[in-house]
Amino acid sequence: MGTGYEGVWTLGEIRNGEISSVSYELLAWGKKLSDKLGVKLSSIVLGSNIKERIERLFHFGADVVYAVDHPRLEHFLPDVHARICEALVKEYKPEILIASATTYGRTIMPILAAKLETGLTADCTDLDIDTKERILLQTRPAIGGNVMATIKTPNHRPQMATVRPRAKRPLNPDRARKGELILKEYPTEFYRSQYRWISFEKDESSDSPIQEADVIVSGGKGMKDEKNFEMLYELAKMLDGAVGASRAVVDMGWIPYSHQIGLSGKTVSPRLYMAIGISGAVQHIAGMSSSEIIVAINKDPDAPIFKVADFGIVGDALEILPALLKRLSSDEGDTDG
Amino acid sequence: MKIAVLIKQVPATDKVKMDEKTGTMIRSEIESEMNPLDMYAVEEAVRLKEEHPDARVSVISMGPSQAIDAIREAISMGCDDGYLVSDRKFAGADTLATAYTLSAVINELGGFDLIFSGERATDGETGQVGPSVATQLGIPVVTYVSKVEEVKSGIIRVHRSIEGGKEIVEVSLPALISVIKEINEPRIPNLSGKIKARAVRIPILTADDVGVSLDKVGLSGSPTRVVKIFYPKLSRSGKILRVQNVESVVEELVDFMRSRGVL
Ligand SMILES: Cc1cc2nc3c(=O)[nH]c(=O)nc-3n(C[C@H](O)[C@H](O)[C@H](O)COP(=O)(O)OP(=O)(O)OC[C@H]3O[C@@H](n4cnc5c(N)ncnc54)[C@H](O)[C@@H]3O)c2cc1C
Ligand SMILES: Nc1ncnc2c1ncn2[C@@H]1O[C@H](COP(=O)(O)O)[C@@H](O)[C@H]1O
Repeated sequence: MGTGYEGVWTLGEIRNGEISSVSYELLAWGKKLSDKLGVKLSSIVLGSNIKERIERLFHFGADVVYAVDHPRLEHFLPDVHARICEALVKEYKPEILIASATTYGRTIMPILAAKLETGLTADCTDLDIDTKERILLQTRPAIGGNVMATIKTPNHRPQMATVRPRAKRPLNPDRARKGELILKEYPTEFYRSQYRWISFEKDESSDSPIQEADVIVSGGKGMKDEKNFEMLYELAKMLDGAVGASRAVVDMGWIPYSHQIGLSGKTVSPRLYMAIGISGAVQHIAGMSSSEIIVAINKDPDAPIFKVADFGIVGDALEILPALLKRLSSDEGDTDG
Repeated sequence: MKIAVLIKQVPATDKVKMDEKTGTMIRSEIESEMNPLDMYAVEEAVRLKEEHPDARVSVISMGPSQAIDAIREAISMGCDDGYLVSDRKFAGADTLATAYTLSAVINELGGFDLIFSGERATDGETGQVGPSVATQLGIPVVTYVSKVEEVKSGIIRVHRSIEGGKEIVEVSLPALISVIKEINEPRIPNLSGKIKARAVRIPILTADDVGVSLDKVGLSGSPTRVVKIFYPKLSRSGKILRVQNVESVVEELVDFMRSRGVL
């Protein structure tokens, strides 16, 4: 495929007017790939009033940034974003284009892949280069994490993938690092849309999206009562994390579906996952087994959740949680917190 | 109003258990069911039909002949008719080729005003087929829809559940809407639904019937290739403590979290 496609591109993401942290994670992935290929690393960003924010992409590893700054890009109009990305890809021909597996990435990328008639691999947990063939190796879990598959796109360009948020940390920023900014402009018809954006309502219960949280404290039916979830919120707050739940708890209406972890909910890979009063049914484990560290608290020593735990406590969560909260809050009064 | 629902048959997940030794999942036998996340798409289509008496709902599924069971299940929930897209030539399709084939079928059936898909299939878990079908049809797609507020004068207004909140958008029809579980509570089919589902004739559409170009379907029409499959060991051999004294267990937990740098 030596048809002039060269370079690794990431698709940056703007959220609430800011470049979101997943954009920097993508650059860390991109850097690994571009170093192995010996090519440039570039980033696309589309937004409104974003010019001052672009420098940071250079600090985190981008060599080139293709930016489009236009009032019509303030909100996500999928057809407009896809049209611009398509034009950029056709003009500059990157060999690889990756985005984050957020609702943005998982919407725009399949639209773009269909327009470009190329392959797209979803929700990868690892990306690498087959250095002999100079081809992207995309590894992702399938069938509820039961199977891992490595996928290639041998004959189509660009090779496209979305990668799971949190599967890699951003590089340490180098504030002295500079890059090449290419500000693109497109004619008015590019901004015509079949969508009309009406409004956004913030979900007060979740500050950080659960898939991007470093720590997730999850509760199951063993929490016994909706009221007891207060303790989980408190613990999550202390650990700077988010609250998750099993399906059983979501079905009982204790917490909204957006918090459900598992096969029919969200798949997460935080640094720390705490499963509290969760039995660990295969469908739940499917959504959290790739977490870095797993802590489980369950009354039943035979609960399957202990099979995936790095640290398990056989005991009553309703006794342990208050003690843990107390212990941690006494810490907060200390020096380091 | 013509409505279509795209459904997929997947291996049943409530039958799987963990293999204690290898720490992987074992499937007792290969039983299949309708992708659980597609039930919400079916339900939403049927609800719209109940509000709009002129609406007709067709179910479309691509897969092996047994996928007809999933189509019948959708009909028993209230859909009017169904089409099975099935041909050896379609085997091995990735999301681009699957979506190409489905979009060809949709065109062959004369197009639809509204198409519903599930958020993702629980086997492939890509969530790419819906957006790709829409794009190949040249119509807009709205993903992660948690509520259909209104369908009126050629426009649909929906809520999208995204990071940190929900977005309200309108889009002109025809459009494809991919729904999430939050949107509704799928009904249990009643007896008359089941009887009807058994009686409906479900046409099977092959490559010849839909006039596809063969280099765009099945494995040969798929840009991606699976080059390796491996089974991650799910089990970890962690430390398990039994509570004798709550305070000391909490102390050990705190030590553990400190040692792993998460506190
Ligand atoms: C198609 C399909 C998709 C599914 N998708 C998902 C999914 O996405 N996510 C998901 O989570 N599930 C999913 N499920 C459901 C899953 O099979 C389980 O039913 C569910 O995960 C169980 O939730 P739970 O662990 O909270 O409840 P239970 O299984 O009832 O477990 C409660 C646990 O709490 C323990 N306990 C009780 N009291 C205490 C106490 N005081 N202190 C400590 N521990 C205590 C018990 O020992 C028990 O292990 C799915 C099922 C199907 C069929
Ligand atoms: N073979 C298929 N036949 C019909 N619809 C499908 C098929 N595969 C996927 N879909 C639809 O596309 C959605 C997303 O599937 P996937 O991209 O495989 O995760 C599913 O929830 C279905 O609505």
